[in-house]
Amino acid sequence: MDTLSLFIIIPLLTVLALVFTKALKQARIVAMVGSIVQLAMAIRLVFAYFKERAINDSIMLFTKDVVWFKPFNIHYSVGVDGISVALLLLTAIVVLAGVFISWKMYNLPKEFFISLIVLSIGVYGFFISIDLFTMFVFFEIAVIPMYLLIGIWGSGPREYSAMKLTLMLMGASAVLLVGILGIYFNSNADGGALTFNILEIAKVDIPFEVQKLFFPLTFIGFAVIGALFPFHTWSPDGHASAPTAVSMLHAGVLMKLGGYGVFRVAMYLLPEGALHWSWFFIILSVIGVVYGAFSAIKQTDLKYINAYSSVSHLGLVLFALLMLNKTAWNGAILQSLSHGFMTALFFALIGMIYERTHTRDISKLGGLLKVIPFISVIYVIAGLASLGLPGFSGFVAEMNIFVGAFQEDDMFMRIATVLSISVIVITAVYILRVVGIMLMGPIRNEAYLKLERVTWYEKFGILLLLVPIVGIGVAPLWLSDMIIDSLQPFIQGLL
Amino acid sequence: MNLSSFLIMRHEVILLAVILLLVIGEIFIAQRKKNSMVHLAIFLFGIHTLIGFLAIDFGSIFGGMFHTNALIQFFKNIINIGVFILLLQSGDWLQERIVQENKGSEFFILLFSSLLGMYFMVSSGDFLMFYLGLELSTLPIAALAAYETSKRKSSESGIKFILSAALASGVALFGISMLYATSGSIYFADIIGGGVTEPNHLTILGFVLFFAGLAFKISLVPFHFWTADVYEGAPISITSYLSVISKGAAVFILMILLFTVAKSLMGIWEHIVYVLAILTMFVGNLFALRQQNMKRFLAFSSIAQAGFILLGLTTGNQLGVATVVYFILIYMFSNLAAFGVVQAISLKTGKENMKDYEGLYRTNPNLSLVMMLALFSLAGIPPVAGFFGKFFLFTAAASKGYYLLVFLAVVNVTISLYYYLLVVRAMFLRENDLAIPYFKSNLYMKIGLLMTAVGILVIGLFSPIYDYIYELSNLY
Repeated sequence: MDTLSLFIIIPLLTVLALVFTKALKQARIVAMVGSIVQLAMAIRLVFAYFKERAINDSIMLFTKDVVWFKPFNIHYSVGVDGISVALLLLTAIVVLAGVFISWKMYNLPKEFFISLIVLSIGVYGFFISIDLFTMFVFFEIAVIPMYLLIGIWGSGPREYSAMKLTLMLMGASAVLLVGILGIYFNSNADGGALTFNILEIAKVDIPFEVQKLFFPLTFIGFAVIGALFPFHTWSPDGHASAPTAVSMLHAGVLMKLGGYGVFRVAMYLLPEGALHWSWFFIILSVIGVVYGAFSAIKQTDLKYINAYSSVSHLGLVLFALLMLNKTAWNGAILQSLSHGFMTALFFALIGMIYERTHTRDISKLGGLLKVIPFISVIYVIAGLASLGLPGFSGFVAEMNIFVGAFQEDDMFMRIATVLSISVIVITAVYILRVVGIMLMGPIRNEAYLKLERVTWYEKFGILLLLVPIVGIGVAPLWLSDMIIDSLQPFIQGLL
Repeated sequence: MNLSSFLIMRHEVILLAVILLLVIGEIFIAQRKKNSMVHLAIFLFGIHTLIGFLAIDFGSIFGGMFHTNALIQFFKNIINIGVFILLLQSGDWLQERIVQENKGSEFFILLFSSLLGMYFMVSSGDFLMFYLGLELSTLPIAALAAYETSKRKSSESGIKFILSAALASGVALFGISMLYATSGSIYFADIIGGGVTEPNHLTILGFVLFFAGLAFKISLVPFHFWTADVYEGAPISITSYLSVISKGAAVFILMILLFTVAKSLMGIWEHIVYVLAILTMFVGNLFALRQQNMKRFLAFSSIAQAGFILLGLTTGNQLGVATVVYFILIYMFSNLAAFGVVQAISLKTGKENMKDYEGLYRTNPNLSLVMMLALFSLAGIPPVAGFFGKFFLFTAAASKGYYLLVFLAVVNVTISLYYYLLVVRAMFLRENDLAIPYFKSNLYMKIGLLMTAVGILVIGLFSPIYDYIYELSNLY
């Protein structure tokens, strides 16, 4: 069995094992073991990648190719470059943390963990696919469990949010399908056979007229899940209603599918279309960045604040991708990773606070630093990372993005860049506002004096997420190396 | 004509033998053991289904009136499997209700006669045989739709069906007469060979009327008005039969006729199919949104599915044939699963509304899971089979450059997802103190549902099935 397929097979086995579990205790142990194995494999993959990269300079490593549907030339085809390795690691960490955070999932535990792991199968599969069809299959597999996860275990207007999220994301994937078919039927532009293989298509010179038509479809199809303005509306509702682990996984990992897909499919395969349309999507992404940040200021629900902050941060990812240079791209990938860890951490903390105080309304909270110091301190750290303090991952990412963005020197790009840089300040406002109201100040409610201490599994979950945030912040170079190596083919496509 | 050439009609001959055996069985089985009639019928039909898979000669007999090839044989096997599953799912209903009223054997004889008609229809080599098959397949269903004589709705359904079906076949026959008038022959081979280079207006009119007649059977918009009422009133087995087997066979023969006999008119029917596909998808989906009765709900959903099938018909080539047959196969399993669950619940509790399904997962998890699989497959969500079926249909349409059509179709996929999720919502998301209590279905029902569930999971992921169908389709 090849290395990468294990990323699908192990969770599949975990799901199978979960089917036979009876109660919460068994289910969570099985899910935890499965996720730990997965994380171990992801870490091993990072080392294996560096080793292999030293001797092998093909675009994708550890490839495996099996014919699936012969008449359509559909293959099950997997492979990774530095970008996907990094995202796989992110996924493995967030999933494991999510399992820890859901340690006390009393309501239908077996079904919960099955849905969670199925979702992760979709994400893993998506990141390792180099065949458009396979990729699309995994993309949809990652989306649909969200409906059940939010609908059954969510809170608030869960049915509404679940339906809205599912329909918007599936609608986007429907648009994407047209884009993919358009690419497929033009993949023989230079006389070869029709193919879904991304590496093969990248070699083909697809006519400009076709690229112009299908780039927006493909871009929007992916970018909706990356919360592109104005298609971001599913995200605040969805995140607010979802149970903690699902918010973590969703904001932390699932939304990264958008940026990755945009990069790997839309921009890599249709570079001329990207050049032609970039101005339009830059405007949208800048609006998203600024609008998301301003919305976060006015929210009082903790989850909404983070959801809008995600819209803003991920807008920055799309913005950086559209800058079409290596530094910005590097920043975009780093921002994806950094945001993934940070948001997951935020949602985990919010979940813990909510579990103890039964409210997410910051106006009702206050002085938490005195009663639950551990959670509060971590919250401050996550906040600082989010507003881009040096020493944390957010700084490295945003630095790269803005340095890259300033390399583009026409007027339009400058204005867009300056506008999106303003977000650094706005982010500071909404982060510090929450910290001030919720953590500092007097204790507003007597009941908070007796809040439960942090348990060991919660600490595990938090540490898992905190380590990479600091790790990337302090020593970003190994990660950057991995990513920058893999950016070369993308640049070549543009020239 | 000798025996071996007669055996080209093996499917028909054996099914006829099954019918005759059932008639004889009816005489000899004692009154108090009437239930064994059901076992006998299922057993015999199972054997018939298995024999269908044995290797066989192809060719044409009766001077070309009847012909078979590998694809037609395969298609007959598909609908055999469908009917077999349907019989398993109906076993309980037959034993508890129909046999008690002493109408057991007639049920099978009518059902199998209709199936026999479908065999003749898909194997027909001229319009006469085609028309005979069409009538033979339609008339028994009218009787079956009105089979629950104690229910008014059932009788209403029978009447509605027979009237609209009679009108439809009348229209089709009128069209056929015009085609005969212009081409001078009713044999498909002659019409193809005659080489209609410049189709005149009478040919086109005849063709359109003929098309309309078949569109009734497939319940394409705007010929769909009978569908919801008939589906709602008829016994669930018959609804299931109508929406799966009958529709599948009609689509198949329509496709064959379009791709061979009407090849020269492709410039015309292309546009008809294109427009009808859009209409059918939108009307079917939008009407399904607000349905509360599960049978009506599935009726409109199956109208919409027919619209998706039309996407494959726009191509007129091997790819189209393969994707359509593949989709019919998947659609059959998915719809049978959905109807099977509706039937199981309706039989035990008499409840047929979506509201009654609330909280079903907590009391009857297995039924809910099968239903969810079926709905996801109908909605086209991976990794279940429906996704592959739809994706390939869209690919077929896109291969002709119909990206706009594909776009409208995917918009419809999203609309349809909404109402399929409504059922999932009722079963999984809602909690309900008055939920349908846990019950056990009998063995036949369990096997029937298990077969559909396995089918839904396997047909998509296991690619050799599609490869096989694609190879068979190279005749067109």
